[in-house]
Parts: sequence; C-alpha cells; structure tokens
Amino acid sequence: MGLTMTQKILRAKTDAPTIEAGDLIECRLDLLVGNDITTPPAIDVFEQTQCESVFASDAVVLVPDHFAPNKDIKSATQCQKMRDFAIQKGIRYYYELGEKDMGIEHVIVPENGLVAPGDIVIGADSHTCTYGALGAFSTGVGSTDLACAMATGKTWFRVPEAIKISLIGVLPPHVSGKDVILSIIGKIGVDGALYQSLEFSGEGVGSLSMADRFTICNMAIEAGAKNGIFPVDDIALAYMREFCPDRLAAKSYEVFTPDEDAVYASEYTIDLSQISFTVAFPHLPSNTKTIGEFDPVKIQQVVIGSCTNGRIEDLEVAAEVFRGRQVKKGVRAIIIPGSQRIYKKALQKGLIDIFIDANCVVSAPTCGPCLGGHMGILADGEACLSTTNRNFVGRMGHKGSKVYLGSPYVAACSAVLGEIGILKEGGENA
Amino acid sequence: MKNEGIVHKYGADVDTDVIIPARYLVTSDEKELAMHCMEDIDASFVGRVQTGDIIVAGKNFGCGSSREHAPIAIKGSGIACVIAPSFARIFYRNSINIGLPILECKEAAEAIQDGDRVSIDFNTGTIVDMTLNRSFSAKPFPPFIQEIMKSKGLVGYTKSKGANNG
Repeated sequence: MGLTMTQKILRAKTDAPTIEAGDLIECRLDLLVGNDITTPPAIDVFEQTQCESVFASDAVVLVPDHFAPNKDIKSATQCQKMRDFAIQKGIRYYYELGEKDMGIEHVIVPENGLVAPGDIVIGADSHTCTYGALGAFSTGVGSTDLACAMATGKTWFRVPEAIKISLIGVLPPHVSGKDVILSIIGKIGVDGALYQSLEFSGEGVGSLSMADRFTICNMAIEAGAKNGIFPVDDIALAYMREFCPDRLAAKSYEVFTPDEDAVYASEYTIDLSQISFTVAFPHLPSNTKTIGEFDPVKIQQVVIGSCTNGRIEDLEVAAEVFRGRQVKKGVRAIIIPGSQRIYKKALQKGLIDIFIDANCVVSAPTCGPCLGGHMGILADGEACLSTTNRNFVGRMGHKGSKVYLGSPYVAACSAVLGEIGILKEGGENA
Repeated sequence: MKNEGIVHKYGADVDTDVIIPARYLVTSDEKELAMHCMEDIDASFVGRVQTGDIIVAGKNFGCGSSREHAPIAIKGSGIACVIAPSFARIFYRNSINIGLPILECKEAAEAIQDGDRVSIDFNTGTIVDMTLNRSFSAKPFPPFIQEIMKSKGLVGYTKSKGANNG
C-alpha cells in the first residue's frame, strides 16, 4: 500500500520495518524547538531524566519570543531560566533579544537555515507545523515531550492518515495564503483534520510564494492537523538557496513525494481563483465569512505580524496599502516584524517610514499580542482585526474582547477604513 | 483504580486559551495555574470544583496551543478525569505525559449532564452515571500508551528505556 509524503518521512527515520496509518512508532529527530513559555517546564522535566547533556547541542533551538522583551518580573524569570539552561548545556541555537538572527521562532527557524526538506522537527509550540512548507515533517508537542526528546533525540508518533488537498488555478490579486487556509478551516472545521496530515499538491502549488506556504502550514493546527506539508519544488529550492545554502550545497536533505497509490482519508480540490478575502469571526478560526458577506464591523485595533503573517512579503503588502494613506482615527495599528532580519529589510525598503507616516506603531519582533501576552492587549468590548492565528475567547486580552482573523492586505485596508473590509478599486478611500 | 465525583459539563472545542489564559503562563506551578483554570468560560469553576470531580465536554477538547499548562491546571484543580468524544492531539499527548486520565467516549459525553455523580473504573474503562443509572464503555488506551502510563508518564518511560547518557 502506498504512503503519503508524511508517512515516507516518518519511515525514513524509524527502525520499524514497515509502517502504516495508526501505528505508534519511535522516530529520530533532526531538530527540537522551545520558547520562553514551554521550555521552563521542560527544563524541570529534563532534570528528572537525570541526563547531564542534551542529545545534540546543535539540534535544539531555544527562542525567547512569547513574553520577550520580558513583559514583567515573572516572564523575565522564565526567560532567565531558559537562558541559563542554554548557556549551561551549550545550546548552539539560542537566540538572544537583539541578535541579528533573532525573532519569532517559526519565522527564524527557516530563515536561519535550520530546517530542510525531509527533516523531522518537533517544537513545544503548536505552530511548529509551519515548516511543512519546506517539505519537512514538523509538529507541535508539549513540554514533557520536548524534555524527553532533548534527552534521547527521539519521540513517538502515531502514523497519521492524510487529507489530500489538490490546488488548481491562481489566486486573484491581493488574495493570499491566509485566505486559502482560512477558507479550508472554514470548510473542514477546527477538528476537520484531527490527528491527520494536510498534504498539498497540484499545479496551483507553483503559484504560491514560500510566504503563502508558511502561512498555510502554520495554521494546519487550526484544523486540528498534526502537520501540513507541501511538495518541494523550484520555489522551495530557491528559498533554500537564499536561507539554507550550506545544506543545499551539501545535498544534506531529502525530498519525499507521495506514492502514486498513497491512500488518503479524504481528498479536496481547491480552485485558488475562486478564493476571496476571508475573515474568521469570533471565537473560532473556522467561523469564516468572505468580505461582502457581512455587515460593517467597527474595530479599535489592527495587528500585522506573528509566526503566521510577520514575513517581509506580509509587510510589503501592508505598506502598499498604507502608502499615502492614514490609519483611521480611533484605530491603533500595530506592526510587528517577525524577525530582526525582516525588521532591517523593512527599514531598507522604506516600509517602516510608510508605516510611521500612516500612524502605525512598529514593535520589536515578538509574539506579543497574538496570545494576549503584551504589546497590544484588548479591553472589554474592543475588536481587533489581526493577521495572527487564533480568535478564541480572551485570546488577545479581556474575555469580552473580539478577535477577527484576516490577511495582511485585509488588515491594512481595515486599519484605513476603521472597519473590516477592503479598499475600493480606484482609490476613493485614499 | 476507581474514582467517583461530580460532573462539570462544557461544550465542544474547549480551547487551551480558556482552560488557562496566556496571561497566567508566567508560571508552571500546578497550584498557581489551578487558581485560574477555566476562568474565561466558567468563572465559578474554581470555587465549585472538588478533588475527584470530572469534566465532561464536547468534541475536540483542548484545541489550540501546545501549552502543557492546560492539563496541569486541570489536574491541579483536583479534576480526576476528562471525558470527551475526541481530544485535540497535543492536549491528548500532554495529558498522558503528565498523568491526567482522559477518556474518549462519545455516548458518555453526550448523555452525562452537568452535576451528575459519575464513577469511573480506569482498569476497565467503564463509566457509570449514578444519577442517570447508565453505564458506558470508553475506548481503552493502546498498549504503547498503557506502557507510558505504567511508567507513571513519559519521564519514567524515558528513564526506563535509558537515555543517551543517563
């Protein structure tokens, strides 16, 4: 029986002689990721394993990004605990605040060339599934999983079934990967892919940028998926040429394609040309509506950033909207570059000037408001259009606040309009 | 092992942000987290919950973040077991890893009502609603997971298998 992309990656890294969906197997891991919220409890568990060192000091990535820059004394203590551990264990990829390659974990892991096709990556963060965009198997786990994997370099997985999503056509102007994944979640629900892989394929893949693919895989978890994964094509290899040249040159990666007779739990075909601007209403990412389908929704805040949409392409799209326009009075627009490298690129391209001239505020790279940490918390009754990934009750602040999820284009337009929507063609809102 | 307690019932897709809001993730202390468990969907939960009580909920319980703080907060509040038709996968892993019993049982999750007195036999997976006088059979854990449970969680299992340099 044929195997899916994900199943073939798992088979390559396990000692089990054969695998099929549903099997529980132990796999060797290529990379482990932790952040300032999930690593401190993992450190406590790691100490209980009585291991003196991590299995490989160059296979562990520790990133202070959620409550960093430290938002209060308790979060400072958590960051300190992770920093001390990183120093003590000689962790090679610890990214201190302000370093040139620091930022939000799922933005900087690919950007710093730490993941390549065929890798298995686990991270104590649910959005670890982002790296499937590069043809890797990557998935979120908990702190105890991270701790034990740091000790052994292995973890257990249940071999997942897959949902095959064939993409055809090309997206309309300004419609993006965020609209694609929100419409998929709207269609299959927040548990539509529970325990399963979302495997993308088809001619439409070639029209999606890496930024779009990262966004799509990032939110696979919002459909309950174990992972999202794209085939590796010229666009993915071009990304590696830019960000992971050493492994590309050394050919230390492996491209897996699904078997012709791979078995899927279900299959969908999505015509990208039929996707339109999609917004997830409170309080579930699956509660989607397209622009034009709903009455005006006034907003008090816009957030453009996060591991979902904090890449340079996202900032470029937003800046194009803000160029020569102003954030509507009464709206706070917060721009958060996903990494220090992206921040610098945005400066060099003049995007930061555009944001500041439009009355946006630009923050240091951080997860910040996405999870209601800091840098843009909502009060009771406030509404925010955010490019982030979750809109659960209380996600960005008070339990009486509301988060609407959308693309960077929709977010920038909504900031200018003061309500959720897009600018009309011809610039009448300019 | 058996447990008997009062049921606290919730709907579908209970996410980790309402189980323990991110504003409290500045600690991983069980008791401190437990003080805010379920706060954003049920502010009275912490005041009502007794040791041995049971949470019964709809599908996809624990969706969202990977925060292990969520099952830790539930366990810390005294809850002995969560029963739901399905669990989000990271929450499922985390619960097993920290030793919070969770049972998948659609029939029980649908029939049991808020405030019912329910007993659970973890060895057989039998759930009895003493208020309704009905019993249900939950899906047993696969053998691999039973092995982790026998080792008292993933740490014990990892130690028993021998780590790289342990």
